[in-house]
Amino acid sequence: MEIVMSIIAGVLFMGGTYLVLSKNMIRIIIGTAIISHGAHVLLLTMAGLKSGAPPLLGLKASTYTDPLPQALILTAIVISFGVTSFFLVLGYRTYKETGTDNTEKMRGTDSYD
Amino acid sequence: MTALHLAIIAPFLAAVFVPILYKMFPNIHTGWFVLAVPAVLFAYFLQYLPVTSNKETVMAVLDWVPSLDIHFNAYVDGLGLLFALLITGIGILVVLYSIYYLSKKTEALHTFYTFLLMFMGAMLGVVLSDNMMVLYMFWEITSLSSFLLIAYWYEREKSLYGALKSMLITVLGGFSMLVGFVLLYSITGTFSIQETIALSSEVVSHELFLPAMLTILLGAFTKSAQFPFHIWLPDAMEAPTPVSAYLHSATMVKAGIYLIARLSPVFAVSGEWLWLVAGFGITTLFWGSFSAVRQTDLKSILAFSTVSQLGMILSMLGVGAAALHFDNLDENLYVGATTAAIFHLINHATFKGSLFMMAGIVDHETGTRDIRRLGGLMTVMPITFTIAVIGGFSMAGLPPFNGFLSKEMFFTAMVEFTEFQLFNVDTFGILFPVLAWIASVFTFIYSMMLIFKTFTGKMQPEKLDVKPHEAPFGMLLSPIILVSLVLVFGFFPNILSYTIIEPAMASILPSLLQEGEQFYVDIYFWHGWTPELYMTLGVIGTGVLLYLGMKKWIGVYRLFPEGLSFNRLYDQTIIQGERMSEKVIGWHMTGYIKDYLLYIFSFFTAALLFTLFYKGAFVVNTENVAPISVYELILAGVLIVSVGIVMFTKSRLKAIIGLGVAGYTVALFFVIFRAPDLALTQLIIETVSVALFLLCFYHLPQISKNLESVRFQAGNFIISAAVGLTITLIGIAASSSRLFDSISGFFPEASYEEAGGKNMVNVILVDFRGFDTMLEILVLGIAAVGIFAMIKLRMAGREQL
Repeated sequence: MEIVMSIIAGVLFMGGTYLVLSKNMIRIIIGTAIISHGAHVLLLTMAGLKSGAPPLLGLKASTYTDPLPQALILTAIVISFGVTSFFLVLGYRTYKETGTDNTEKMRGTDSYD
Repeated sequence: MTALHLAIIAPFLAAVFVPILYKMFPNIHTGWFVLAVPAVLFAYFLQYLPVTSNKETVMAVLDWVPSLDIHFNAYVDGLGLLFALLITGIGILVVLYSIYYLSKKTEALHTFYTFLLMFMGAMLGVVLSDNMMVLYMFWEITSLSSFLLIAYWYEREKSLYGALKSMLITVLGGFSMLVGFVLLYSITGTFSIQETIALSSEVVSHELFLPAMLTILLGAFTKSAQFPFHIWLPDAMEAPTPVSAYLHSATMVKAGIYLIARLSPVFAVSGEWLWLVAGFGITTLFWGSFSAVRQTDLKSILAFSTVSQLGMILSMLGVGAAALHFDNLDENLYVGATTAAIFHLINHATFKGSLFMMAGIVDHETGTRDIRRLGGLMTVMPITFTIAVIGGFSMAGLPPFNGFLSKEMFFTAMVEFTEFQLFNVDTFGILFPVLAWIASVFTFIYSMMLIFKTFTGKMQPEKLDVKPHEAPFGMLLSPIILVSLVLVFGFFPNILSYTIIEPAMASILPSLLQEGEQFYVDIYFWHGWTPELYMTLGVIGTGVLLYLGMKKWIGVYRLFPEGLSFNRLYDQTIIQGERMSEKVIGWHMTGYIKDYLLYIFSFFTAALLFTLFYKGAFVVNTENVAPISVYELILAGVLIVSVGIVMFTKSRLKAIIGLGVAGYTVALFFVIFRAPDLALTQLIIETVSVALFLLCFYHLPQISKNLESVRFQAGNFIISAAVGLTITLIGIAASSSRLFDSISGFFPEASYEEAGGKNMVNVILVDFRGFDTMLEILVLGIAAVGIFAMIKLRMAGREQL
């Protein structure tokens, strides 16, 4: 299962990278969201899968899954949510100000002053 | 801090007061105050003469950065004192001359004298430091102050060009010298020059010997304007004439010679040293004198003449190294070359200084330095003419002036060198006297040009801007003193022998002297009918003939087109260098975010994949993997399909829904993999995110609903596939080789007993690792504030909030 999950993480990264490399702003933001999914899946996979009960002591199981990566992923989900929403609003505002959502058209002025 | 240290830094201290004095006493020429500094220092250094002529040395110790072996140790021996006297002595005359040369009304005197004093102090520091790092520091200050002085008239474009050129070349050499010093340090473990000399046998046998020698020589050659680094010196002539006389003839350009003389005891035993120093010296001598003849500007002639004379001194120092291969002092012919080098060093400072001042006077009184416009000044400016004749004849090597003596000694050294039986000198060595002789002929020609084209012939008043007249006495005083020295050293050379020359030789060739021994120095006019006398007669004869028939052969110079000159090479290097870097930057810094991401991703995959396979880290181990069930495969299929839809759809709505599907599938994976809290969070967050995406989408009605620009891009796809592959391979390799167990065993035991919670994930979040959570809340807060600010605050067109 770990190998399958590694492949899935790879596919998510591939899709995210492909989207990030495009010109369209919304696609770039979607790409970052997909990359963060890939990262979360990878984090969980690296800890080993299905090796015990959910990390709730009330279940009185003999072994539990590793709770530490879950805590890390939970933190990461929240942070990536914050960043994604910030990016979205930034993209929205950029569109309002510049009138385009094509990053190739967003060029600074050539002068340095 | 001893008096000696104080003497070295005195010019720097005095420089601080120059602007104050300039402002406080606007009616007095600031130079008069400055004059006191070199005068006092000269008198102070004279006191050391008896000390060094008794073969004693003075070492004044002062710690600076002891942990790095950097000590501000001042060391006075014959060589250091010779230079210190030269610097302060010529310094007096130059300051005196500049008082009359630079106008109080029109010139920014305070900057001039500040830079000049900076230079003087730095130069004293170079010649009196025992520590290489301190020497290097002062060395760079001389480059810097020379840069400032060349660009003194900074509104002239040529001054700026010359200043930049000299800066680039000398700093290049200085930096290389620093490398050499560090290499020497890694051999000997000390920065002290005297300790390095004591360890010289260790240095010579070390494998870093050659790199250290070459890098240090590069520093010395660039500073002393040796071929082919001489090109900065003629352009440095844009400086005011006192600066040219001081820096670019008497002192700074001799810093490289000082360094070579100072480090001779370390390096000179090797054949490479002998060939490099003598070879570059003789080439420079020839090329400098050859190029001087084609110049038409007085100061350019003098600049190339300086280049050639420096080459001459250097070639003598190189030949002098041959002396180290003989133990017996009495029959050692080659010691004479070192004597000649030091003697000529002093002579050159006297006659070249006076000639520069002469050129400055001519410029000052006629308004031009172009020899094609000058002529017939002999009757109008008799004193200047006398100065030019004495200085010029001395430079040409005519009796009875001091230049004759050193030129004879030079020829002697070159002729004797051909008999040296080591390092192939006996075969190729014949080039040395031949080149020396030819160069001397050219030296004779340009010296005569300098005198006769300026002062004889017909005066052309219509070509001159002002009516020429004799200079004021104050301006003539310094060159008169210098030409008097030319005569004094010419007629009584032996007043220098045991006071200055012999102690300096003892510093250059210390290994030759036994306890209580000293070199035999006797300089006299008449040698008998020796080969060098015939050579001199030949020089004069050929020189006179060539000078008189100059019109016939001057066309030779047209054979050397301007396009092949070293200046051209330098200019092209600068221009092409700028163009290249511009091109390279323009080529990869496109300004498109996509290109930069491509660089980042390509580097990321290349570096990681290379490391993974080069280190043999890739393994597949299926022993401990969890089993696969059908549900999971279905979920995996859904996830992959949804990612594919997001990637390739042209509709934005489909892309957003695809993203939502992917997010919910990830949540289902969390359910399968026993992570209830993650699944909950993921579901909520995904819902909110999709809502946000839709909101954003809804508010951008102007953009067409279809993503028109989406086309399949093979390059991007390859890169992203590589990224995905890298992640997969690293994931497989990492999960297949666990180096040690995780610490998860700790949490089931501790969660309830120590934290009082049964949900381990939550306990970790708020208890064991609560700090993470706090900062994560902060991130959310900042994002919220940022979003609010972006929407609410409109900065466009307004200067403040």
